[in-house]
Amino acid sequence: MDLDRAKQTYIIEARELLDSMEEALLAVEQEADPQEPVNAMFRAVHTVKGSAGLFGLDAIVRFAHTVESVLDRVRGHKTSLTGELVGLMLECHDHLAQLVADIQQEAPESAEAAQEGDRILARLAPFLAGGLARTEVQAPEALVVPARPALRGRPDAGRDCWHLSIRFSPDVLRNGMDPLSFVRYLATLGEIVHLTPLFGTLPERDSYDPEECRLGLEIELDTQASRSTLEDVFEFVRDGSEIHLVPPNAKVEDYLQLIKALPEEPAYLGEILVAGGCLTARELEQALRRQKAETYADGAVQGRMLGAIVIQDNAVPPPVVAAALDKQKKVQERQAQELRVVKVSAEKLDRLVDLVGELVIAGASAQARAGAAREAGMLEATVTVNKLVEEIRDNALSLRMVQIGDTFNRFRRIVRDVSLELGKTIELQIHGAETELDKSIVEKLSDPLMHIVRNAIDHGIEPLELRRARGKPEAGTLALQAAHDSGSILIEVSDDGGGLDKERILAKALERGLVKPGAALGDQEIINLIFEPGFSTADKVSDLSGRGVGMDVVRRNIDELRGTIEVETEPGLGTTLRLRLPLTLAIIDGFRVSVAGASYVVPLDVVIECLDLAPFLESERNHLVNLRGEVLPFLRLREVFRIPGEPPARERVVVIQHGDQRCGIVVDCLHGEFQTVIKPLGRLFRGARGLGGSTILGTGEVALILDVAQMMQLASGGRPSSRAALAQST
Amino acid sequence: MAELIKFSKRQTQALAAAKVERREQYLAFTLGGETFAMDIRSIREVIQFGGITEVPLMPPFIRGVINLRGSVVPVIDLSVRFGRQATAVAHRTCIVILELTLGDGSAELGVMVDNVSEVLSIGEGEIEPAPAFGSAIRSEFIAGVATVSDRFVILLDVDHVLSVDEMSALIG
Repeated sequence: MDLDRAKQTYIIEARELLDSMEEALLAVEQEADPQEPVNAMFRAVHTVKGSAGLFGLDAIVRFAHTVESVLDRVRGHKTSLTGELVGLMLECHDHLAQLVADIQQEAPESAEAAQEGDRILARLAPFLAGGLARTEVQAPEALVVPARPALRGRPDAGRDCWHLSIRFSPDVLRNGMDPLSFVRYLATLGEIVHLTPLFGTLPERDSYDPEECRLGLEIELDTQASRSTLEDVFEFVRDGSEIHLVPPNAKVEDYLQLIKALPEEPAYLGEILVAGGCLTARELEQALRRQKAETYADGAVQGRMLGAIVIQDNAVPPPVVAAALDKQKKVQERQAQELRVVKVSAEKLDRLVDLVGELVIAGASAQARAGAAREAGMLEATVTVNKLVEEIRDNALSLRMVQIGDTFNRFRRIVRDVSLELGKTIELQIHGAETELDKSIVEKLSDPLMHIVRNAIDHGIEPLELRRARGKPEAGTLALQAAHDSGSILIEVSDDGGGLDKERILAKALERGLVKPGAALGDQEIINLIFEPGFSTADKVSDLSGRGVGMDVVRRNIDELRGTIEVETEPGLGTTLRLRLPLTLAIIDGFRVSVAGASYVVPLDVVIECLDLAPFLESERNHLVNLRGEVLPFLRLREVFRIPGEPPARERVVVIQHGDQRCGIVVDCLHGEFQTVIKPLGRLFRGARGLGGSTILGTGEVALILDVAQMMQLASGGRPSSRAALAQST
Repeated sequence: MAELIKFSKRQTQALAAAKVERREQYLAFTLGGETFAMDIRSIREVIQFGGITEVPLMPPFIRGVINLRGSVVPVIDLSVRFGRQATAVAHRTCIVILELTLGDGSAELGVMVDNVSEVLSIGEGEIEPAPAFGSAIRSEFIAGVATVSDRFVILLDVDHVLSVDEMSALIG
């Protein structure tokens, strides 16, 4: 059994569970009926604790146990979930997350972590004792627990303990369970006062199968746990194993029943019970004599049924049975749900997409050759193949798509924490959470989005008094929106704060030397100054922002994703940041064009139409074309890229649309649509303008992919920022 | 299309001998008549010059990119990088493909040279520090000078010559 891998799985699952716990905590504050989130939280902590027990992760078990107890009280309506408790629970979540992280790093249990845990537990104590009574909490010692006289060493200790008799099924080891882990877990529920292992059923040496489990356990467990809790411990081995529980302070007859039910020799079992302190030797003797009498009275020696949980005391069978059935049903439901989702390693997915990409190129190559050979049958066959390849490609890419809602939801916690820290009330609205995008984009997007959100909260939303003075609602609104729009994905972050102050931006830019004094800048140009490196108008360098490394890094990150970012702001009303990103980084539908024999690819999703550049349509001086009455600016690829040589007599125009701008790209020849894999140009070409990557054509030739947004900027004379200002002022 | 370097018997023996003596292997090549050499450890292969796609708006030391078995690899003109004239394409012009380790992974880079001659085995003791004057190449590009059979061989410091950070800053 590979415990290491199992532990890795545990870590992943623990993280997911903790995430859902956090989500539930944040949801509780919003929702009218908090019962469902409370249940969800409880389940999450319960599972984290239980699984931790299997791996002997004591720190987690210890901590989670108390958290679980508090949550149990909450869901049982014995304690109410106040804002303070929610905050405390979030701290518990953080601590658990830290413990899990430590496990992953294989860091040894640190004293600070333990102290931190104890501190938090101490603050949880009042919620355990009866909720509202605010008792003075002791200094951070271990959690205060009513002292019980130590049972170990007392001769009749067993009486006050639960007695557990376990005979593991022979298949337990084969099923991947470690009997020792159950013992460890029991130890977390209380104290094991006495334990006797039994190997009586081990066969002769030659016929012994080492994968069979022949272990039995007789345990005296001093615990406050309920029967159902103890039964739960053995849930995974219940099938095929024999588990008997005798509660504390049971009658001698109960032990007798137990002895009858177990397969070993009564005398031997009796000795164990005496050793454990459940019976005195005398009681045992009497009981055995009685048993013998009973046997003969029955007429035959009847063993009790094996494999049944014997209910000894006043506990009524139906609830236990009902609980058992219920559990079975839940397990089945869980299994059914698990079937709907499959966990796939990210590397395998990437490899698949790579292979599909190569397949796309190879398919295009085959089709090109078939076309050149002018063999109709072959051409038809390759076209069919390529259609299927296209379908596989779409399917493979959709595997990489994740909903942006997951990223957006992570911000709830941040918005909450930051607003508390700054003393602002902020409402987070999320729209379009189901919008899907490529997972690699999502990963690279979370940092820039984080920064934008922090800026909005820190600088955008005004402090409470100012908002009141301006007649705005006390709670600021921060909206995150995502939507698909003509082949790209559009993400908007908007706030109803004070908007960007152009005067201050200009002043700061002058101060930092980003703009020469006296330069005449348009409104949008001033606003775009915030993207210049070294810029920040925060007077106080707060923890979050104001360090002057912000928006330019954001823009660079968005650039690397081949996206664009725009700012729209209204003084006093608010600011909106608009991000536009490609749907996928891997495969592109392109339109091939050429200039001076070299091929370039225009992303197909921006292409609107193609036409010939007839002389009477253009106004050469202004680079404008009259397109059916519409004025269309154009750029010559040859000019923008400074490709030497003369253009042909008849040039072509590809009309593209980016956002709400249209433009024509003038090239030598048009070659048509095709699909291909994007090969990034690499770090060396990070500053390359107008290019968004490269690809390999079916002929083996390298073609460069155009970055339409950058091309349009190049055509309009470079970035509208300091460059323009400097140019104008000199 | 691709011509790989074939080790002669003498060189194989030299390789074996090198293991005893702490000598390093260097690939010698010519650039504008001068002989240079690079540590062989970062060299992956040598191919014939051809199939280059030019990348627009690049400084002249970037000749373009090539398709190397499905990867798009940039090609640097070393001569231009040294501040000299562009390498003229001739019959023996080659591209030396290097694999450089960067902070976060590795990158392949092609270097265009006039021609590639042989693998030299040079011991540490045979390397002299770069002269303060002489070839107008930046001093940090030169790791040292060695004398091999009466020739001067300038050993290049590959990490500086082909510093991706420096070159990409020159581009953007």
